[in-house]
Amino acid sequence: MLVLTCPCCGVEADETELAAGGQAHIKRETVGASDDAFEEYMFMRENPKGVHFERWRHANGCGKWFHAARCTMTLEVFGTYTAQTYEPPADIRAAITAKRPGWSWGRFS
Amino acid sequence: MSNAVSALQGEAHTGFATITEQGLRGMITLRGDLSAAPMKKAVKALTGSGVPQMRGCVLSDSHGVAWMSPDELLILCPYTHAEAAVAELSKALAGQHFLAANMSDARAVFAITGSAARQVVAKLAPVDMAQSAFSEGEIRRTRLAQAPAAFWLRDAEMIEVMCFRSQAEYVFELLKRAAQPGSETGLF
Repeated sequence: MLVLTCPCCGVEADETELAAGGQAHIKRETVGASDDAFEEYMFMRENPKGVHFERWRHANGCGKWFHAARCTMTLEVFGTYTAQTYEPPADIRAAITAKRPGWSWGRFS
Repeated sequence: MSNAVSALQGEAHTGFATITEQGLRGMITLRGDLSAAPMKKAVKALTGSGVPQMRGCVLSDSHGVAWMSPDELLILCPYTHAEAAVAELSKALAGQHFLAANMSDARAVFAITGSAARQVVAKLAPVDMAQSAFSEGEIRRTRLAQAPAAFWLRDAEMIEVMCFRSQAEYVFELLKRAAQPGSETGLF
């Protein structure tokens, strides 16, 4: 079972306490965006076998959103971090690099 | 004035632990910047204790204050004091960005008493109930089967569980079933 540590309340929450929020770090396109950019935002998602970044909400807990970095293949969790960021923080990236050298995901690596 | 009654009006059940509905309890949701000085002062004035640490819960006989999330506290007080307490908080925090709401009638509270109280909760919530992992002075928001709930230890043999009033009957049935004699887990 997937267990994520909520960075907002420090609880080691299993997935039955959490609500999945889909892919993380999506840039929202809005009025004035090109059709291509809007299509990218609206429909295109990463579907990796390996390192993935997701949004989760501690629904049956403190109720806060946060980010998680994990491996879709092994369910290994590299870390969780605040929702108030546009990109994965350096320590999370370093933790992933230590275990999956040469990883890349979207615009991050 | 209407005659306020709690969801199950004190109904009780005894299995290997005793489940008792706790009647009316004053509960105030207080949201805002928990590190701000006026917030700390207002909480202190009302409950006699400071803003608790993360997942902290400070209880006295009549009052209590519990950490619900990084921007939310739960204040416990006698039911009849809740309205006045909200007014007091609103006055103390005037000009701040905050919310104080009387949630007393939205909640139900149960007490699980007995040396095996931890076993009852452990059957229903995805929480490590070992002595070393969960102790007095802590609140845990989680779920009991399918109902959102929170609980804290009143003392070593009494766990208080809070849930939504609309789910009181469901939660009571869950707790009763979990405390069924003969189904002790022998843990904790």
